Amino acid sequence: MDAGLNQKTKNVRDIRSDLVFNIVLYSLAAIMLVIIIYPLYFIIIASFSDPSAVTNGRVWFWPGGFTLEGYQAVFEHERLWIGYRNTIVYTLMGTLIGLVINIPAAYVLSRKDLVFRKFLTFMFLFVMFFSGGLIPTYLTVRDFGLDNTWLVMVLPFSVSIYNVIVARTFFQTSLPADLWDAAQIDGCGNLRFFFTVAVPLSKAVIAVIALWTAVYHWNSYFNALIYLRDENLQPLQLILRNILITNQMQSGLGTGEAAALMMRRANLMRYSSIIISTVPIMCFYPFVQKHFNQGVMIGAIKG
Amino acid sequence: MSAKPDAFERKLRMIGRNWGLYLLILPSVILLILFAYKPMYGIIMAFKDYRNALGIMGSPWAEPWYKHFERFFSSFQFVNTLRNTLVLSFYGLLAGFPFPILIALGLNQMRAKKFKRTFQTISYLPHFISTVVMVGLLSIWLSPGSGLIGNIYRLFGAQAPNLMGSAGAFPHLYVWSDIWQHVGWNSIIYLAALAGVDPSLYEAATVDGASRFQKLIYIDLPMLMPTAAILLILSAGNIMNIGFEKAYLMQTPLNSFTSAIIPTYVYELGIRNAQYSYSAAVNLFNTVINLILLVTVNQVTRKTSGNSLW
Repeated sequence: MDAGLNQKTKNVRDIRSDLVFNIVLYSLAAIMLVIIIYPLYFIIIASFSDPSAVTNGRVWFWPGGFTLEGYQAVFEHERLWIGYRNTIVYTLMGTLIGLVINIPAAYVLSRKDLVFRKFLTFMFLFVMFFSGGLIPTYLTVRDFGLDNTWLVMVLPFSVSIYNVIVARTFFQTSLPADLWDAAQIDGCGNLRFFFTVAVPLSKAVIAVIALWTAVYHWNSYFNALIYLRDENLQPLQLILRNILITNQMQSGLGTGEAAALMMRRANLMRYSSIIISTVPIMCFYPFVQKHFNQGVMIGAIKG
Repeated sequence: MSAKPDAFERKLRMIGRNWGLYLLILPSVILLILFAYKPMYGIIMAFKDYRNALGIMGSPWAEPWYKHFERFFSSFQFVNTLRNTLVLSFYGLLAGFPFPILIALGLNQMRAKKFKRTFQTISYLPHFISTVVMVGLLSIWLSPGSGLIGNIYRLFGAQAPNLMGSAGAFPHLYVWSDIWQHVGWNSIIYLAALAGVDPSLYEAATVDGASRFQKLIYIDLPMLMPTAAILLILSAGNIMNIGFEKAYLMQTPLNSFTSAIIPTYVYELGIRNAQYSYSAAVNLFNTVINLILLVTVNQVTRKTSGNSLW
């Protein structure tokens, strides 16, 4: 009797503390969502707005003075489309090469019976924390004649230690060791086992690493800045820098009607070029998102 | 002599039997040797007076060998770039560390499945924005004339300050825009760690009358500590490697007092001014400090929490 009553008051208290907990939890989450979404939403509506409406602070929730001028200006910007084409090529080639290089390496390093495993693992991990530095690397690339070629964007730096570690841990934890033993008895070699058993069983981790590599190449800026001088090879991000940052610092230098028109153009393009360059990669990621929690991420930590 | 094969012979036989494995790892090993290990040999140019025509081997040794280091240590950029580098990374490390943990703890408690999924999808989105676009976004939001900050200041009838050109604002902008961009993404790894919590722990806690908040503090939080320790070591190993790209893109003559960091200095000297040996020396200094920090933090966390990289 007494115990039952105690239980009851306790339940009531539980429910009340649960309610408070939930209110705090979901309101914090809602505030965070607004902080993340609103600045991005602002760019979207600004890209459809008349620049003067944006400048006068009339754009808050809806586009002010709806116009597609910004997108028109972007479509007429020839160098942006050259950059777009280059980035698509670098992303496709870079992702393909990245997978071909990193996934087999990860599988090999996951094999416990590998002779020199310790040495090879150390060889991979060491470069994470020590490097020759910018100038020696630059000179090496130059000596191979790779600077100012499209190859430098996809080949020399395609080994990603982080991706190798993630994939290696995935192979270690989700590929049963007796699978290889059984295959071996059936006379299956290492190469055949890798391509017909290990790879098909590891689609989740391969999808995630493909996404990471693609995003890396799509957003890549540093290597192009260092190694590419030819304008026809420049990727999207370098062109975007001119539109978004360099022009911005120079705007306001000129005077007169022509300068005002130029500034209006430059302002318009800022918003639309961000949308045009960022939306493709963002459309791609939700398809891979479901794999993020499937034991793939844990690989990043157990390494 | 004896029928028993010695260890060496056995190893050779193992390698022969697994030749396919070595073939699979060969491409990555070749790339590492050519583009990661070969440049390490190039570090000796930091002790030489490198000339293009002579190559690394042919160039004369610096006189004295520490000439370039001495020049760096006695230049006014030394104190400035070192301070800026340390301020940005420690500030970023300390301010950025707790948020992903809090988000993971919160997400783990959410019972509304749909809301949780939406929250995750949206909070991961900014991670996919490139550094160039991120800096572009900052300059749009913070532009005193147009932009969000201009709007807000105008509401109060005030003139917005030019934050992008302010040396005082630079570290805050740098660090908090980074947190804004990556906090959701960085929480994934903690979520994965929480997914591994044994459900019977929660059941036992429920029987003992623990509230949800208590479970969060006494079960979830301790579960995240090993992950947090490893991530802390890893980021300590990158203290001096803070992103060149963002600092470089955000740099203007107006804020260079706080935005000039060692990587941007190395770039300016080496690529822009072709002072190869001096640039390599500054870079080497950076790398060595980094390595020392990594080893130290690894040692400390191993002693205090039992977690370590090696």
